[in-house]
Amino acid sequence: MTTRTTTGKPAPVTRSVRTPGGLSVRLDVRAFTVVVLLLVAALAASVVLIGTGDFPIPAVDVLKTLVGDGSASQEFIVNDLRLPRVLVGLLVGASLGLGGALFQSISRNPLGSPDVLGLGQGSTAGALVMIVLFSGSANQVALGALVGGLMTGLAIYLLAWKRGVHGYRLVLVGIGVSAIVTAVNGYLLTKADIVDAARAVVWMTGSLNGRDWEQVWPLLVMCAVLVPLVLGHARGLRMMEMGDDVSYALGVRVERTRLLLMLAAVLLTAGATAAAGPVGFVALTAPQLARRLTRSPGPNLVPSMCMGATLLIVADWASQRAFGADQLPVGVVTGVLGGVYLLWLLVTERKAGRI
Amino acid sequence: MLVDSPPEQRAEIAPAPPTRRAIRAFGLLASVGVLVLVALASIAIGAKALPLDQVWHGLFHDSGTYADVVVADRVSRTVLGLLVGAALGLSGAVLQALTRNPLADPGLLGINAGASAAVVTAITYFGVTSLSGYVWFAFFGAAAVGALVWFLGGSRGATPVRLALAGTAISAALYGYLQAVMIMDDAALGKMRFWTVGSLASATDTTIKQVVPFLAVGTLVALALAQPLNAVAMGDDTARALGANLNRTRALSMAAATVLCGAATAACGPIVFVGLMVPHVVRSFTGPDLRWILPYATVLSPVLLLGADVLGRMVARPAELQVGIVTAVLGGPVFIYLVRRRRTAQL
Repeated sequence: MTTRTTTGKPAPVTRSVRTPGGLSVRLDVRAFTVVVLLLVAALAASVVLIGTGDFPIPAVDVLKTLVGDGSASQEFIVNDLRLPRVLVGLLVGASLGLGGALFQSISRNPLGSPDVLGLGQGSTAGALVMIVLFSGSANQVALGALVGGLMTGLAIYLLAWKRGVHGYRLVLVGIGVSAIVTAVNGYLLTKADIVDAARAVVWMTGSLNGRDWEQVWPLLVMCAVLVPLVLGHARGLRMMEMGDDVSYALGVRVERTRLLLMLAAVLLTAGATAAAGPVGFVALTAPQLARRLTRSPGPNLVPSMCMGATLLIVADWASQRAFGADQLPVGVVTGVLGGVYLLWLLVTERKAGRI
Repeated sequence: MLVDSPPEQRAEIAPAPPTRRAIRAFGLLASVGVLVLVALASIAIGAKALPLDQVWHGLFHDSGTYADVVVADRVSRTVLGLLVGAALGLSGAVLQALTRNPLADPGLLGINAGASAAVVTAITYFGVTSLSGYVWFAFFGAAAVGALVWFLGGSRGATPVRLALAGTAISAALYGYLQAVMIMDDAALGKMRFWTVGSLASATDTTIKQVVPFLAVGTLVALALAQPLNAVAMGDDTARALGANLNRTRALSMAAATVLCGAATAACGPIVFVGLMVPHVVRSFTGPDLRWILPYATVLSPVLLLGADVLGRMVARPAELQVGIVTAVLGGPVFIYLVRRRRTAQL
């Protein structure tokens, strides 16, 4: 394995780690450091977030309670109220980050995120139908969102299929579907009475309020199945960024890999959206942020995943600190935070002479 | 990592043979004819249908009868539709050429987000309630964000990816703000949910007079950019070698697109799909030459917009569906069909 990159920039520092069995793994030191730092940041923010609220708990006590050594009241607050919310945040952020990285890589376009392709809008349509037409319960809304997201993903894939799915066609079909669904959503919103409309807008922003263990388990199972599956195909995905023909010649089963990864990305996005609503811009910004931090080409799947989780947790903490508990849904802040951070990176990159 | 056209398509655009040029010119004339028909239909059709002789009477011998008043009302709506449609299609075509990204639309560079954020600010913090009051806010919001994207995208060193990313990042931040205001202020939500779908129903002569100068200048500049943008489409190095002034072309395109789209959005709310779709449709029969794409987009976009507006009035009589909704629901399937039918001409 060579360490040369295709971009003509100096190759990132990589090392080969050899195992006794004669296997070797390529290790990109910078990417690895970024992943570790992001994980540390996410976990630290989680601990702080658990301690934040109407009943503040110092970080040390939070850690004590988590290992089962806290007072009864702390145990209730941490384990029953705040931990599941934080876990949902971490899992949703990770799923959205990974789903976004997959879509951007498959479509070979930095804007080809699930938001742009209309998956978020599809989920929203499902949820809006439940909210506006049936005044459904929270679980029914989540189910509607899941079904809406999956159906939209399926529709995009089938409509883009023509002896294979070409990245460019996929993006364009996605935009078409997205425009139709967005219009339907807008129509539903103008037809709703103002109470339903307000509820719909909160849902459409994406929120972690009142999430409990009921949302954690399905998300955890989904991630446990899909993340290893996706990472197992990461090599093929990296090759596919060179174009279908080249990767086919290099021995990647292009269509199969693409179908599998797209399915995984759709499931990840729809699952995350069902749990927390279409939290804006995480899927779009997390992979771009990760790519700029690792400075390495390729899909950057693991860094994007960690970036998504960190972004969402920090945003949730910021929204609670700035506006008081449960005032503003987290989706408001992810947009602002992700957007401003991306801008800052763009400006500093320019000053440093990197694009 | 933008979607780049494959090398063979970057090849120099050969001058079209005379017959093909004649066909294209004839097609453009035919499109203008269709546009006139759609405009007449837009005046004749509505909650009260008018026969064409009454339309004629109202247009040229206005004597203040009931039918004449209806005609006058529908004329301003139709004129606004014509102007806004042309502006959206043209700005979409220019932006797609400028960013060399098929996803580029006025929304991409943050222009819609800027206008929306400015309007919600006007409603919530300045107590503006009339639609003609929104116009200036929306326009300056769009222009400010357009300028900001240009500078953050690197101004003189701007590249398509950086512009697109800067626009996306600013949109992300502004939509966050927009949603926060809408969640905390029900009155703003009540108004914004109608503004954001985009409608021509509120057209008045005041609105038209407010936006016409901007639209006229923007259209002229954009049409004049066809030739330099053709060079930009071949990639930076080739364009420079051919003597194109990349920075000037980019700055002017960005300015023209911002003015066009900002004024259009200010007049009738964000109508997103027209600017994205029409250039793709046009490209599928003109090929990549912007000297044809831009005029065709200018003529065909209002056909789509006005046609959608007329349909919106017909399906839900005596009420109506907002034009933004009809455009997307009608245009979406057509767009997907075109994308599937052939290998769309790439940028």
